[in-house]
Amino acid sequence: MREKILELLEKNARMSAADIAACIGSDEKSVEAEIARLEDEHIICGYHAVIDWNRTNEEKADAFIEVKVSPQRGVGFDQIAERIWQYPEVSGIQLISGAFDFAVLIEGKSMREVAMFVSEKLSPIEGVLSTSTSFVLKNYKENGVVIERPKKDERLELS
Amino acid sequence: MRRALNSFIESIPSSGIRKFFDIVAEMNDPEVISLGVGEPDFDTPWHVREEGIYSLTRGKTFYSPNAGLKELRDELSLFLKKKYELSYDPKDEIIVTVGGSEAIDLCFRAMLDPGDEVIIPEPAFVSYKPCVRLAGGVPVVIDLKNEDDFKLRPEDLEAAITDKTKIVFLNYPNNPTGAVMEREDLEPIAEIIKKHDLFVVSDEIYSELNYTGRRHVSIASFPGMRERTVVVSGFSKTFAMTGWRLGYAAAPAEIMKQMLKIHQYAIMCAPTTAQYAAIDALKNGDGDTAMMRDEYNNRRRYLLKRFRDMGIDCFEALGAFYVFPDISRFGLSSDEFAKRLLKEQKLAVVPGTAFGDCGEGHLRISYAYSLRDLKRALDRIEAFVKCLP
Repeated sequence: MREKILELLEKNARMSAADIAACIGSDEKSVEAEIARLEDEHIICGYHAVIDWNRTNEEKADAFIEVKVSPQRGVGFDQIAERIWQYPEVSGIQLISGAFDFAVLIEGKSMREVAMFVSEKLSPIEGVLSTSTSFVLKNYKENGVVIERPKKDERLELS
Repeated sequence: MRRALNSFIESIPSSGIRKFFDIVAEMNDPEVISLGVGEPDFDTPWHVREEGIYSLTRGKTFYSPNAGLKELRDELSLFLKKKYELSYDPKDEIIVTVGGSEAIDLCFRAMLDPGDEVIIPEPAFVSYKPCVRLAGGVPVVIDLKNEDDFKLRPEDLEAAITDKTKIVFLNYPNNPTGAVMEREDLEPIAEIIKKHDLFVVSDEIYSELNYTGRRHVSIASFPGMRERTVVVSGFSKTFAMTGWRLGYAAAPAEIMKQMLKIHQYAIMCAPTTAQYAAIDALKNGDGDTAMMRDEYNNRRRYLLKRFRDMGIDCFEALGAFYVFPDISRFGLSSDEFAKRLLKEQKLAVVPGTAFGDCGEGHLRISYAYSLRDLKRALDRIEAFVKCLP
């Protein structure tokens, strides 16, 4: 039941407990209780809408920043990661394999704001050796959803 | 001027689905939503489409052998063995056709002499009866019942057999009811067929959309049945490939030889691009089918629950992507119900009678739609029945 609930919520976080129950052949109360447990256990960590901000009047500038650091004795990468994730501009950070150590996703209001963040906040952090910033030019697909164009039903109405 | 037309063809009615489609098309109302389609809402898996595109870039733009690409028939042979314990020689017992529909037409034309009877359990897909008649055969209908879960009962089959009966037609999992025949349901049917020395044409196009938790059983896998059965299937439902127009049939070599002759003269070969894509579907498409099946199953349970909560009787459909609710208690015919639902709530569904007279009192509801669409549509049905006396 857990996995089935998670699969459905991952696709549509707004699905009601009653609808989930109908789909998996359970009852509303049990589904609600299970979701509460999943939240308590921090397996469900949040619920978010996938938004195409480009279709709104809101100005946005997103950037991926690859960060190379020198890990510190005893605490490894985690402490540096924490110093980075504390900034509200950072919407995501992962430890990665390859030439760099962290992939950091920044959501800013403008390119200038992102540039300022990198030069004034990120780079000076102790242990950060170098950064490489890539601005997002166009968002095609996010969280499994194609942003670029809405899906249209092209089938005959009846067949 | 002389009459251009064949009067027998003229006498064949056009499909009940088509008739309703015309009503919807005429309304031309963007508010209308539909639960009327008989094809998956999923796109063909990308790796399959990619393989079709790749075949084009390599210049694979020629006819294939009449029976289909050898590699595709080899894969089909493996697929039928692995999935349903069926053994067919890819050399002369498998043919690749333009959809399952062509395969059905080939069977009847290859097997029927004028006046031979074909038993067709109804409700059934709209094409079977006309295809039998076009091949010179006589369709004999068995009315299936809701209380039997729309399964074919041995006693009903026995009662329909005459000395003219040649073929028993089966379509499970079924369009439009979603009914499934399990091993224990098919066994007595197979015994009767052998006893009366009949043949079976089994349309198993929905075989991979089975929600029983057990695997699909083909009547051809029973002892003594292989030599008297033609299995028809295709890629449309299993791999969401309706527009590619690709199906197949598997039959004993003797029958296949004659089917191939008709196909050779009328069609030549199935589309080559589609055949290359289909090889990849068979090799690498298992996960895609499983994903779609899980999704359909969620929707199926959702619909059954909604109908039951509305107080509409709906038998537990365990296959395909249709449910077939019983709306007879509202005192409207299927046709009236569907027409008023369309007019008053702007929801298009297919009346059960499109699939035979015994579909009266029912609607075919397709769940080849997202849950979001299903929810919206079911809300409309709920609003509609609330207004009925």
